[in-house]
Amino acid sequence: MKILIVGGGMGGTILANNLARRLTTELRSGKVRMTMLTASDRHMYQPGLLYLAIGRMTPEELYRDQASLLEPGIDLHVDPAEEFRLDKNEVKTKSGKVHGYDVLAIATGARPTPEEIPGLAENSEQFYTEETAVRMFKRLQAFQGGKIVVAMGVPHKCPMAPLEIIFMMHDYFRDRGILDKVKLHYTYPIGRVHTLENVAKWAAPEMDRLGITYETMFNVKEVDGAKKVVRSEEGSETDYDLLVSIPAHRGMEVIEKNNLGQRGWIPTHRHTLNMEGRSNVFVLGDTTNLPISKAGSTAHFEAEVIGENIAALVRLGAPVREYDGKVFCFIEAGKDRATYAMFDYQNPPQPRAPTRAVHWFKVAYNKLYWASARGLL
Amino acid sequence: MANRKTIDARGSFCPGPLMELIAGMKMIAIGDEIEILSSDKGSANEIPEWLRKAKHEHLGTEEKDGVWHVLARKTH
Repeated sequence: MKILIVGGGMGGTILANNLARRLTTELRSGKVRMTMLTASDRHMYQPGLLYLAIGRMTPEELYRDQASLLEPGIDLHVDPAEEFRLDKNEVKTKSGKVHGYDVLAIATGARPTPEEIPGLAENSEQFYTEETAVRMFKRLQAFQGGKIVVAMGVPHKCPMAPLEIIFMMHDYFRDRGILDKVKLHYTYPIGRVHTLENVAKWAAPEMDRLGITYETMFNVKEVDGAKKVVRSEEGSETDYDLLVSIPAHRGMEVIEKNNLGQRGWIPTHRHTLNMEGRSNVFVLGDTTNLPISKAGSTAHFEAEVIGENIAALVRLGAPVREYDGKVFCFIEAGKDRATYAMFDYQNPPQPRAPTRAVHWFKVAYNKLYWASARGLL
Repeated sequence: MANRKTIDARGSFCPGPLMELIAGMKMIAIGDEIEILSSDKGSANEIPEWLRKAKHEHLGTEEKDGVWHVLARKTH
């Protein structure tokens, strides 16, 4: 059986390692062959970008060589997919090579698209790439006072990031001793400060306590860089000295070009994680159109389910498990306190008050991630 | 006749049905409709409230077997 994994991010890497461990015997005997196609020879720990933007991590801490993360038996090609020929069970790559498969997993991820909002890309700082996160840190470092506005598009990767960045900036300026000169203003697309009701119930009074102002039902329509004003779809506007954006995301261009899903999100069955209408194609991570968080933990939990099911297809001829919508997200509540939200399709999260212990667990996870990507955690 | 897109946001706590609707508005043309399915009864209030504020049209809300079907038309 030929297994082809397209994408070497968190989802694809965890899936490949999970399968390599489950199917060691079959990989050794040649009964199973596993190939990974990826766009880069380096693997980025994307949640680290938040810390990079606030000066708590450095760029080199975010990367490992992709090959060093993979179990033996995984045939890695740094040669991204360009053409999906699903009716022929083939994928053609940038170099022109054609890979056939019996089972395909697509984990190509998502990309920020600030350019879709007039004025947003050129007038805001954001932290969704290494380059922009470093630039944002330099802007924060040079900032001596004024109004910072956080504004966002939908959907965005890591739904906790808006809250985390506002609380982390609060502590950053407090530590610099200029908090009295900085006004932090938070905006959010729906009628409360976070989409998770229980998180919003905690975060709104926390913002009140810290002097962070907020406006809800604010979806960014345009940014006027000359006047330093951001306007919303709902008809309001707010001025700023420094605008921090959480850009809306789309799936990857290759998904759109191959007509696999509108705006790059592939229609995916919520329990089997099969691409709709394709029993031998699985989709995971940000690439799905599922109504769940675009977050690393989502990709992780989905990879475990798909790994178990592909191994079962090899050994039993049928899948054995369903994805229940499980997500786990840390929520940094400043520089030294954090909480978390865990939920699935049936059970909403019940976040507790932030503690130092959870923060330090998150800091530890920033290192433990590499064990997680290797499928050890 | 308007095209209608259905978004199944049952069991969605995060990003949640309203966020799914806002994202879905980017995928349809002006005049087209979205039917959003939510298992959260709060959607019956918060989605029409946002539609009013964002000046899109709320065409109706119906509950069937614990699932709220909210129908909206994109107006701009």
